[in-house]
Amino acid sequence: MLIINNLKAAINGKNILKGISLEVKPGEIHAIMGPNGSGKSTLAAVLAGREFVKVIEGSVTYFGKDLLEMAAEDRAKEGIFLGFQYPIEIPGVSMVNFMKTAVNEHRKHKGLSPLSASDFLKMMREKKEMVEIDSKLANRSVNEGYSGGEKKKNEIFQMAMLEPKLAILDETDSGLDIDALRIVAGGVNKLKNSDNSFIVITHYQRLLDYIVPDVVHVLYDGRIVKTAGKELAVELEEKGYDWIKKEVENNILA
Amino acid sequence: MSDKIEISDRYSGLYRENIEKISESSSAYINSFREAAFKRFIELGIPTKKNEDYKYTNLNLYFDHDYKNYFMPVASDFVKAEEFRCDVADLDTHGIVLLNGFYPTINDKLQQLPGGAWIGNLNEAAVMFPEQIEKHYNKYANSETDGLVHLNTALAPDGVFIYVPEGVTMIKPVQIVNLVYSDEDIFNQHRNLIIVDKNAQFSLIVCDHTLSPQRFLTNAVTEVFVGENSHFDIIRVQNEHNNAGKVTYTFIHQERNSVASSNNMTLHGGLIRNSTYHYLGGEGAESNSYGLFLTDKFQHVDNFVNVDHAFPHCTSNQLFKGVLDDMSTGAFNGRILVRQDAQGTLAYQKNNNILLTDDARMDTKPQLEIYADDVKCSHGATVGQLDEDALFYLQSRGIDKQEARLMLMFGFAHEVIQNIKIEPLRERMDNLVMQRLKGELSRCESCMVNCG
Repeated sequence: MLIINNLKAAINGKNILKGISLEVKPGEIHAIMGPNGSGKSTLAAVLAGREFVKVIEGSVTYFGKDLLEMAAEDRAKEGIFLGFQYPIEIPGVSMVNFMKTAVNEHRKHKGLSPLSASDFLKMMREKKEMVEIDSKLANRSVNEGYSGGEKKKNEIFQMAMLEPKLAILDETDSGLDIDALRIVAGGVNKLKNSDNSFIVITHYQRLLDYIVPDVVHVLYDGRIVKTAGKELAVELEEKGYDWIKKEVENNILA
Repeated sequence: MSDKIEISDRYSGLYRENIEKISESSSAYINSFREAAFKRFIELGIPTKKNEDYKYTNLNLYFDHDYKNYFMPVASDFVKAEEFRCDVADLDTHGIVLLNGFYPTINDKLQQLPGGAWIGNLNEAAVMFPEQIEKHYNKYANSETDGLVHLNTALAPDGVFIYVPEGVTMIKPVQIVNLVYSDEDIFNQHRNLIIVDKNAQFSLIVCDHTLSPQRFLTNAVTEVFVGENSHFDIIRVQNEHNNAGKVTYTFIHQERNSVASSNNMTLHGGLIRNSTYHYLGGEGAESNSYGLFLTDKFQHVDNFVNVDHAFPHCTSNQLFKGVLDDMSTGAFNGRILVRQDAQGTLAYQKNNNILLTDDARMDTKPQLEIYADDVKCSHGATVGQLDEDALFYLQSRGIDKQEARLMLMFGFAHEVIQNIKIEPLRERMDNLVMQRLKGELSRCESCMVNCG
């Protein structure tokens, strides 16, 4: 589904990603962990199509297409979803209007006619229940005045509405209390099937108690320095990141 | 200096030549202010950019021009106005059509509307309600240093009079459609007086439409009295063509525990200057001043707001927004004065603007003068581009860039529109603004007036 090959990228002339290679197959959950400043969010931004990140080298292929050539909105319509670490507040734009526009853009892309108002509202209702968000939120402006937890739940709600093939969740767990965390993880588990995939970027192992990854990668200084099964997350939680940093430094010295 | 004298000469000549004719149809009381006001105008002249309050607006562009007609339309002109009907679906209002700001005195006389409010022209009201005129006329238009207010007091021949007696609740709003129409370039001055007595409630919608492509200039003064415990709303939809100049003054005087809101929606116009004065003249009064403008080409829109907190425990809000395209320009000047006795004041001001091009320009100037101790005051002004993060957020959900930009601009404007309490009008404004943002002709479909 997604093949990242030797990806190097910079922000404002500063190299952040220094050669990342990664393959995600349908039905897989990948966790990307790593200390602050290692490039996790930059990787998510490149995949979603943020223009301030400049790709210097390497390639990203998504279902055989060159992902880096595609505009952000086309990536979304082809099934890529980014769950934002810091969801944006958009005063004056209602959640209903926002989602209706987005869902119908997706449908148009698939050659389907727009949903009728009643079908759309029915869909909203079902997805709201699925991700357990307060139904009143949908009547407000996008993320405006939402608490941190509500914003994150709203990301999961949007994901449920758009049914992506590849969802990249950028620290969706950070700042959540245990109830919100359970709801966010529950949303992912309900949406998960054998065709779609997730890249879960997180700082903490805690989320991975609820979303069980197939593969765990450790990103450090713009590179993936370790890849293993879900047991790696537990080890990181116990020992922190220092031993990895040491390993990397020893390798460089050697 | 020589400019000022020359241009003002044009208008002082008007006074000498026409004062007799104008005075004939006005009451002695209204006429009694004319001479002193005229003298004051001669001293002050037309405001120039040297005047701090007009720093960003060049009125000479419109005032330095020979207009053919400066006074009331003739009777036959009103016939055309009578043909006009506004027809916003579901907008249930008492409709009144004005021509160039004047009440059609041919068929319609000062009348009492179902619900109890009186509406008509000022000159007739001076005969029917002399005590109201003497109590309120020229009592609130107190901008001492603004020459144009004085010019209006000196020369305005007539205007609209609305009187909502004590205890009257007008469930239906009154909608005034002001048609601007003439075969020749005209300068209009009218003088309106709105009296909302104690425990009353009243909403007024004023829509401007230009019907002919001539050059127009309007200098309008509206005085509003909002009595104790009353509610008053005024919503202006300014939609004139780009060769029209418009200077409006609205002086809202509020008594104890009253609530008044003013909302200026500017969709089109060449040069527009709206001055809104809110005087909180009794404890517990609340005033809201909203404004939205969308400009392109060479348009210029200037909103000037003055909120005067003279009594304790009053609240005021100001929210003004602008979206500027092409090489259009805009200005916002928001003054909050909290007098020494006005303890427990809450005063808020927000002015946000989006520049869509590098050539568009916006000047914004908050002015806070606070002489009381127990005051909560906030102000914020921004001039910027569309929020890139918000744009990307929408795109990342599959909405293309063009549509995402439109949604953001609409959302930005909707923050002002959502303060309109009359739902069908709110929806219509949303529609008009959306059309305007898409670059389509922004007029009501059912309106036969082409105001684009």
